[in-house]
Amino acid sequence: MSERRFSRARSTEAVVFAFLWAATALVVLPIFAILAVMLVRGAGGLTLKFVFSVKEGLLPAIIGTLYLVALTAAIAAPVGIAAAVYLSEYARPGPLVRLVRLSLVNLAGVPSVVYGLFGLAIFVMLLQFGRSLLAGSCTLALLVLPPVIGAAEESLRQVPQGLRQASLALGASRWQTTWRVVLPDALPGIITGLILSVGRAAGETAPILFTAAFFSLTHPFPRSVFDEVLALPYQLFVMATEVPNVPPQSKWAAAVVLVGLVLGLNLFAIIVRARLRRARKW
Amino acid sequence: MSSQIITPRGEIKIETRGLSVFYGSFAAVKDVTLRIPAKQITALIGPSGCGKSSFLRALNRMNDVIPGSHAGGDVLLDGTSICAPDVDVAQLRRRVGMVFQTPNPFPMSIFDNVAYGPRLHGAVRRDELEATAERSLRGAALWDEVKDKLRQSALDLSGGQQQRLCIARVLAVEPEVVLMDEPSSALDPTATFRIEELMLELAQQYTIIIVTHNMYQASRVSRYTGFFLMGELIEYSRTVDIFERPQDQRTDDYVRGRFG
Repeated sequence: MSERRFSRARSTEAVVFAFLWAATALVVLPIFAILAVMLVRGAGGLTLKFVFSVKEGLLPAIIGTLYLVALTAAIAAPVGIAAAVYLSEYARPGPLVRLVRLSLVNLAGVPSVVYGLFGLAIFVMLLQFGRSLLAGSCTLALLVLPPVIGAAEESLRQVPQGLRQASLALGASRWQTTWRVVLPDALPGIITGLILSVGRAAGETAPILFTAAFFSLTHPFPRSVFDEVLALPYQLFVMATEVPNVPPQSKWAAAVVLVGLVLGLNLFAIIVRARLRRARKW
Repeated sequence: MSSQIITPRGEIKIETRGLSVFYGSFAAVKDVTLRIPAKQITALIGPSGCGKSSFLRALNRMNDVIPGSHAGGDVLLDGTSICAPDVDVAQLRRRVGMVFQTPNPFPMSIFDNVAYGPRLHGAVRRDELEATAERSLRGAALWDEVKDKLRQSALDLSGGQQQRLCIARVLAVEPEVVLMDEPSSALDPTATFRIEELMLELAQQYTIIIVTHNMYQASRVSRYTGFFLMGELIEYSRTVDIFERPQDQRTDDYVRGRFG
């Protein structure tokens, strides 16, 4: 009897294990499938000239996307980190903080095309940035603020309470404690979260559709933040829908470059985190 | 009640008058009136949750950090209230330093840990900071062990060394009072012994108040002892009297190990 129950428990265990394993595999599989399909179909178009030529290649779009990413990070970092510091280190729990958190959750759920329209209304028209690198970066910054704040708050929360207490007990103000002890300890996590978030934004099309991106053969690079830019996701969108006679392998090759750029940013984030962690531990 | 709470002889460094500490509506410390002598070790004992740590944290206003906490009554340091709203808390905490239960060095070098306090308060000159660091580390009986590795991470030290570093960090801001909240409860017996030796040495220069639930520690190092129970100060007397001739039955039960 007990032996039978035992063997039944074992076979249940095997079934559960198989099910969980299959579910996990199902999650991982699409990633490799996407990469494989892109690489196979795009390999033919993936030439040095296609990627790095200014006139006939993607280089202007790659550079434009990097500009967008950098400016987005530059705008989102101070605002996002400051907000996270406020929420984590200063705000006392109460209705105001609950409201802020609720807003952040909802902000994260707003479709990106709505951000695009909002950016068009506010940055392009109201603030008269025009369709520009600046307007697009501001829009993308709004998009990445919720995850940037979330990651920063999480990193701040992981700083041991004992460090704050030790600092305060030595006569440090709250700001001195935050600046000298808490932020340095949380920095690797904050920066990693920032890069991962803007990396995600690098692939977004909708927010820059009305605010920054254009398709041009005559103006490959923006000369100031008030110029329009070429951007990879938009380039891909145009190649796929508007330009006739683009060979399919070029579209796939462009997709590979876009995904490669995002993965590259993620890799960069991981390297930065590892470096900073080591630097703090000696 | 008041007959069991004596006034120590000599100079009084800290005095609480009807001090209560609340967390929300919960009274962690109830109406405690107590005089603490200068340049002696005073121990606060009692079972977990008796309010001794909350009382200690009221003496340098570290309870302020906890949302929803507030204090009633008054605390006098050298006869001046530290509870008034216009008191400079940073200045107060320089005078009344604190060592915590778990060693909590900053993730910085040993030197930067000790220099942290002086730097906060404006010291920048290298030679000045180095002199302070040496003096403080010597004061905390750590200098000989770390003098050749001041640039190394404080996190590489042993637990006992880390706690002495935390003491050195407090000494570096030249406090008058050092509060110790179960400073050796996370340490092994050897490290505990060194901390106790150190406390006795420090008491020649500083007023030391130690919270401990180790009664033997209290009897070994302190001159005066207060016994807390459920937020109330039950008895406060010379340590020998608390342990050998307790006046209150509850104190007697506790020091004989009948509860707690």
